[in-house]
Amino acid sequence: MQYLLLIYSNEAEMAGRSPATIASMTAEYTEFTKGIIQAGQFKAGDRLKPTSAATTVRVRNGQVAITDGPFAETREQLGGYYLVEAKNLDEATAIAARIPGAKIGSIEVRPIWPPMA
Amino acid sequence: MPAHAAESMVEEVFRRESGRVLATLIRLLGDFDLAEEARQDAFTAAVEQWAATGVPANPRAWLISTGRNKAVDRIRRDAVFRSRVQGREIASAEADAAAVLDESDDSAFGDDRLRLIFTCCHPALSNEAQIALTLREVCGLTTQAVARAFLVSEETMAQRLVRAKKKIRDAGIPYETPEPPLFNQRIQGVLAVVYGVFTEGYAVTTGTRLVDAELCGEAIRLGRLLDELLPRNSAVLGLLALMLLHDARRPARESHEGDVILLEDQDRTLWDQAKITEGLALVDRALNIPGQLSPYAVQAAIAALHVRARRKEETDWPQIVGLYEVLLRLQPSPVIELNHAVAVSMVDGAARGLDLVDSLRGRGQVNEYHLLHAARGRFLQQLGRLREAGEAYRTALGFATLGPERRLLAARIASIEKMSAAMNSGAACRSDVSGV
Repeated sequence: MQYLLLIYSNEAEMAGRSPATIASMTAEYTEFTKGIIQAGQFKAGDRLKPTSAATTVRVRNGQVAITDGPFAETREQLGGYYLVEAKNLDEATAIAARIPGAKIGSIEVRPIWPPMA
Repeated sequence: MPAHAAESMVEEVFRRESGRVLATLIRLLGDFDLAEEARQDAFTAAVEQWAATGVPANPRAWLISTGRNKAVDRIRRDAVFRSRVQGREIASAEADAAAVLDESDDSAFGDDRLRLIFTCCHPALSNEAQIALTLREVCGLTTQAVARAFLVSEETMAQRLVRAKKKIRDAGIPYETPEPPLFNQRIQGVLAVVYGVFTEGYAVTTGTRLVDAELCGEAIRLGRLLDELLPRNSAVLGLLALMLLHDARRPARESHEGDVILLEDQDRTLWDQAKITEGLALVDRALNIPGQLSPYAVQAAIAALHVRARRKEETDWPQIVGLYEVLLRLQPSPVIELNHAVAVSMVDGAARGLDLVDSLRGRGQVNEYHLLHAARGRFLQQLGRLREAGEAYRTALGFATLGPERRLLAARIASIEKMSAAMNSGAACRSDVSGV
């Protein structure tokens, strides 16, 4: 099964980190990503630019509305994701628990619909 | 054999085996609903066929094999089931029939029952869903019975169960017993569900009745099943002991009018001695498993001390205080601190108890807990501070939801008002002086 692991954290707090902390987290992420690639679990993954760079698009009654910012103001914001292949939910949550961001923020684990037959 | 004889035979087998049959069918078929239909079909077939053939040598294997075959038929006929099992292989009937017939080994079936319990209690399901699913699938209660236990409509409970099973399917919750690293954490979740069922039965949280014996009974049955499947586990033994010792007091806990009778006022001759004997033996075992000391075992040890006292005056309060201190180190919690304060007051007096409770209140963690304010009220009353006691009881009443508990608090308030009135009128002093 494929799962999307959505990495949420409080951007304001993240922005306040020292260069040393940032460097150490980056190293942890590199280590983690290598690990799941080797285990054959990694399908995709990216770090997202912050919500200050986000734009929201809605189309209603044929009108395209474009607004500045994320789709909603939330306490924690989406900062990155991994798309992984896992046997079941327990394997997916085990992967999520090892994401460095899990220690400070929240990882949402969403199963993906299998492709239409 | 006559039809009614076959039916009663099948009923007997159903009572013994239906849980195990379901658990194994869920593993073989990979779907709760399909497994339930399969089990139903198997038992129906049993009623039809055993009348002529008699009960097979291994009824369990027969039922599983038959159930699985019926399920394979159903999958061919029913597109919904087909889409659910899509991508999974249900091993061919013939190949596995032999294997199933050989699985008369109890441990294999025990494994399936454990898988079922761990799946129903998976942390990815909401607490409500865990309890509902466990009562329905593991305990075999009807949806209606589970709904009644939680004071919701049957429709609501049916929806809850449907959503829970859908979450299991959609999210890929595995039908597995967790591996050792996660096992201890997950067993705590299972025990929390069992204890949740028990406490719901012991003090139904909303409504008019104080206890629901059936839920307590189901929780104890679950505890026994866990003990059978996971022997020599301190937490399991401790929880089972705790439930038995509490349940033993049930006959004395509620008056005919449905009012609360507190432990100190209970008629101890009404306590169930068989449950007490069993509970005490389990506490001993729970406390003596090397390398394991579960908070449930310590709580059970406290319950054991209460139950050993033939009269309330014989209660070994200093030991109880000590045990609460052990418990607080294992599992700090404001509710346990409150119980500790009450125990301390029994040894060191109401003023000391009040200090501890006020310090707890100062930390602001349980200020909406009616028992905190009720305890304050008791201490203040014992210290003769009647006006403050009345205020504390009134605060407690504001937070209490259970009818019988509310009546008890109202009675306390009324008695304080009477006492205050008597004191104000000087009547008490005069009667003291006259020696009446």
